[in-house]
Amino acid sequence: MEVTRLLAISLGAILTNNFIFAQFLGICPFLGVSKKSDTAIGMGLAVTFVMGLASAITYAVNLILVKLGLEFMQTVAFILVIAALVQFIEMFLKKSMPSLYTALGIYLPLITTNCAVLGVALLNVQNEYNFIESVVYGVTGGLGFLLAIYLFSTVRERIEFAEYPKAFEGFPIALITSGLLALAFMGFSGLEVWPM
Amino acid sequence: MNFGKQFKEGLITNNPVTVQLLGMCSTMAITTKMSNGIGMGVSVLIILTLSNIFIALLRKIIPDEVRIACFIVVIAGFVTMVDLSLQAFFPDIAKSLGVFIPLIVVNCIILGRAEAFASKNSVGASAVDGVTQGIGYTVVLIILCAFREILGMGTFFDAKIMPSGYVPAGILTLPVGGFLCLGTLIAAMQWALNKSKAKAEKKEAAE
Repeated sequence: MEVTRLLAISLGAILTNNFIFAQFLGICPFLGVSKKSDTAIGMGLAVTFVMGLASAITYAVNLILVKLGLEFMQTVAFILVIAALVQFIEMFLKKSMPSLYTALGIYLPLITTNCAVLGVALLNVQNEYNFIESVVYGVTGGLGFLLAIYLFSTVRERIEFAEYPKAFEGFPIALITSGLLALAFMGFSGLEVWPM
Repeated sequence: MNFGKQFKEGLITNNPVTVQLLGMCSTMAITTKMSNGIGMGVSVLIILTLSNIFIALLRKIIPDEVRIACFIVVIAGFVTMVDLSLQAFFPDIAKSLGVFIPLIVVNCIILGRAEAFASKNSVGASAVDGVTQGIGYTVVLIILCAFREILGMGTFFDAKIMPSGYVPAGILTLPVGGFLCLGTLIAAMQWALNKSKAKAEKKEAAE
C-alpha cells in the first residue's frame, strides 16, 4: 500500500497536480529564467534539490513547533529555515563545486523567494504527509517544475522567431504559451485512478 | 511628495502586476471569484502598507548585508497577523485562499517594494507607496476576477447574473484561463501604453 501511495503522490506532483500548471506555484522563476534551455535545466535541478531538502528539514521543524504549541509561527519559521538553507547551499557550492556555483549564478539566492519551496513545506503540513511522503512530494514536485520549465524554455526559444502582434511582445506571449502548455497538462488529469 | 503622481504610477504606468510583472502566482491562482480577489487584494494592501512603513522606519538600522533576511522576517510577521485575523473573522475566504495567504511572504510585490522603495524613502512616502501599489494590485485582481467569474461561472459575488440559457465557459476558471486572461490583460495594457506614448511623441514633434 505504501508504494502505491508514494507512486500516486509522485505522479500527482509531476503530472496531474504540476506545481506550475495546476497550482500556480513558482511562476516568477518559471517566467524569468526560461529564455534558454540550459539555464532552465540548471534552475530546475537547483529547485528540485532545495525542495527535497526543505521538505525534510521543515518536517522536523514542524514537529518541534507542534510540540511547543507554536503552530502559528509556521510561516515565519519555515521561511527562515528556507532562507538559511539556501544560504548554506550557496556557501557549500562556492567552496566545493565552484563550476556549478558560477553556472547557477544569481538563480541560487532567488530560490528563497520561490513560492514553490515555501508552498511545498506548507502543503506537506496541510496534507499531513509523513516524513517519507514529504520528501517524495518535495523531490517529485521539483521534478515537475523541472519538466515544466524545460518544456517551456524549448518552446520559448522558437517563439523568438515567430510573428505575433506587437502588443504581445515579452511577457504576454509567454503567458499565452504557458496557458497552452497548461491545457496540454490538463490531459493528465484523467490519470487519477490510483487509490489515494 | 506627490500623491496624485504616485497614485497614477501604482494604478497604471508602474502597476505592480501588469508593468513590473510581480506577484504573478497569486494573481493567476486566486482570481476565480470576486470574494477571493477582494480578500487577497485587501490582505496584500494591508501587509504591503504596514511592511513599507516598518521597513522605512528601520531603514537606517538594518545593516546592508542582511537586509533581505530582515525584510522577510518583518513581512512574515505581518503576514502571520493577517493570516490569523482572516481565519478568525472570515473563515470562508481564508479557506478558499488556502495556502496563498501564507505565501504572501514570498510574494515578490512586497519584497520588491521593500527593496526598491521603502529602504530608500521616508516613512510617509513609503506608506503612500504601499497604499497605491496595493490598490494597483487589487484593481488588477478585481478586473480578472470579474471577467473570470462572470464568463466562467455565470455568477457575480456568488449570485447568478447571466440569463439561464448561458453556458458558462468553464475553461476560464481553470489554470489555463488564468494564464490566458492575464496574458491578454498585459498585452492590452502594453498596447494602450504604447499608443499613449506614441501620441505624446507625435504631439511633441508637432510642436
